[in-house]
Amino acid sequence: MQATSLAFKRNAIAALNNPVLQKALNNIKIGFVRKRAAAVAKLPEFGLLRDAGRDLRNHVLDHLDFYLERFEAQVIESGGQVHWARDAAEANQIVLDICRSVNARLVTKGKSMVSEEIGLNDFLEANGIRPVETDLGEYIIQLRHEQPSHIIAPAVHLNREQVADAFQAHHAPYGFTERHEEPRALLDEARQVLRQQFLQADVGITGANFCVAETGSTVIVTNEGNGDLTQTLPRVHIALASIEKVVPTLEDVSLLLRLLARSATGQELSVYTTFSTGPRHPADVDGPEQFHVVLLDNGRSSMIGGEFQDMLRCIRCAACLNHCPVYSAIGGHAYGWVYPGPMGSVLTPQLIGIEVAGQLPNASTFCGRCEEVCPVQIPLPKLMRHWREREFERHLTPMPTRFGLGVWAFFAKRPKLYRRAASFAAWALRRLAGGAGRIKRLPLAKGWTAWRDLPAPPGRTFQQQWAARREQRP
Amino acid sequence: MITAQPKIGLFVTCLVDLFRPTVGFSALKLLEEAGCTVEVPVQTCCGQPAYNTGDRATARTLAQQVITAFESFDYVVAPSGSCAGMIKCHYPSLFEINSGWRVRAEQLSTKTFELTSFLTDVLGLEQANVDYAGTVTYHDSCSGLRELGVKTQPRRLLGTVAGLELREMEESEVCCGFGGTFCVKYPELSNRMVSDKVAHILATGADTLLAGDLGCLLNIAGKLQRDGVAIKVRHVAEVLAGLTGVPAVGEAEGGE
Ligand code: SF4
Repeated sequence: MQATSLAFKRNAIAALNNPVLQKALNNIKIGFVRKRAAAVAKLPEFGLLRDAGRDLRNHVLDHLDFYLERFEAQVIESGGQVHWARDAAEANQIVLDICRSVNARLVTKGKSMVSEEIGLNDFLEANGIRPVETDLGEYIIQLRHEQPSHIIAPAVHLNREQVADAFQAHHAPYGFTERHEEPRALLDEARQVLRQQFLQADVGITGANFCVAETGSTVIVTNEGNGDLTQTLPRVHIALASIEKVVPTLEDVSLLLRLLARSATGQELSVYTTFSTGPRHPADVDGPEQFHVVLLDNGRSSMIGGEFQDMLRCIRCAACLNHCPVYSAIGGHAYGWVYPGPMGSVLTPQLIGIEVAGQLPNASTFCGRCEEVCPVQIPLPKLMRHWREREFERHLTPMPTRFGLGVWAFFAKRPKLYRRAASFAAWALRRLAGGAGRIKRLPLAKGWTAWRDLPAPPGRTFQQQWAARREQRP
Repeated sequence: MITAQPKIGLFVTCLVDLFRPTVGFSALKLLEEAGCTVEVPVQTCCGQPAYNTGDRATARTLAQQVITAFESFDYVVAPSGSCAGMIKCHYPSLFEINSGWRVRAEQLSTKTFELTSFLTDVLGLEQANVDYAGTVTYHDSCSGLRELGVKTQPRRLLGTVAGLELREMEESEVCCGFGGTFCVKYPELSNRMVSDKVAHILATGADTLLAGDLGCLLNIAGKLQRDGVAIKVRHVAEVLAGLTGVPAVGEAEGGE
């Protein structure tokens, strides 16, 4: 995917001025933020669970090689295969080779952000294989040739009319010529179209929320059940996962599931939680003949031991997006690549380069709400600050910012000079305000005065008044 | 242990110094009335703008300046959760573990407090002996709230101000969009956030907005006034100290 993160500012302004998007974004507050708050309020030990979740994920990252090898051995033991992919290109090629080995023409897909990260759909299509997304949100945006705008609710930026338009434009070949706008009718229509795909697909590709080392299982959580049909109906199941998704035991999975569902949607548990262990066994009534796991690195192993390692604790719950005042104002597309919101602002520069994604870790007030809700306590503001430090070291910080900071620092390091400069500024701003208490336009601070007045100082700084006072009564 | 008359180094903050000296004098008054000896050592800025822009070297130099000026006091108190948070939560991380500066930064960290939290949590103040005739709503500034746990302290004290009615707004814990340099680097986003904040303030019907950080207050006051809304904006310390004779933030001398 071509990143547009460099144009973040422009994207953000366009998003702010898009009334349809703004209306859709309103749903996040009701659908996610309030539900999470209610679920957390009902569970007094949620704080302790977060500590345990953080510790568990840290433990895994400290022993990642061990658990990955264990996982691989268990997958093989249960009759499956593991493929290691260093980067996106390798992962795509592995998937294509598996598809070709069974002459696949049609592939059904469960929701997978890793698939978005590697651009799998475009790659398969370019190679003559038709991928069909089966998660309703993913399916809708696939019809619209869009990227997900949210990591668990990919079509959250759309309204019903837009969905109806997309269905009307694409469903005639399946015998649907009437336009519906009621959610129930839209859902039924999508179900019927997708059912045909499920039955015809040669390969089913899913993501994996977790990879369980002790059993060699991959785990997916969904609310639609589409993932189950994707992984059980076709002859071949491929699970795509990034390497940090490994978890030691089933017990550990249950801890993370409790955190995940509450943080993501305010549910105690998602509707479907499905474990896949190996291909179909002789006694099974259904299941795929082949079970493959593709484990993607894509730069993650280089984060181990470094200042961004904490980011690998992420379990992709999206709470940080939902609670971010910047994300809620502009939605996910403005971020310009696969992962939006605070988690994306840390991860994206790692994956596509700080030169391209530098805007993202800067577009934050460091309000800290993301860290406050993160179920595994990732210090997202601190990690965004680390990116700013890298930018500064490499002289990537924009010139006006760097220059302004330099001037300010020159004075701040010299208290006497600073006092005089501050006194002058207090006097000058007072003059500019005239009789009013505030300034309506200030050429050097247009960013401020374009939208708000600047309250004027009274004219003499605290330090000046303090010195005068002390002379009076020493 | 609190000594009979703790010696306080008042960290005025650069915004208060320039834009709102009354806040500094309010802090001074509150601390002195609570039995402290207060001094104002040589100071400029805590270094947060440099720190948050990724310029660790400058942030470190400024941190050393603050540590040197303030380490001889029993406590460092700032009328700002943001600056107190910088000293308390971030200074140590600027220095190598086990280095002399790290130890000094950690020592300073343990004795640095945001004003309302110092008054209540450390000094045990329970009563503000002032009155304020008005309906106020309180905005929780991000750093104070999330880094220092300042939430109930200002409200407890405001609850004892005669004549004052506190009406909570929706989403009082959501950022107002100031964010230091954020507000000029991303003005449209900042404007959107402060507009949401203003809407929540208006919905309470309060006539006064209070908060504990001048950055937020300048931002919110500037927006209220651009929108032509006559809600008074003040730092919580001004009300607690009874220094409300001066015009509110952004108000002209002698009222509007
Ligand atoms: S960073 Fe934390 S809050 Fe954000 S998606 Fe990951 S786990 Fe969830």
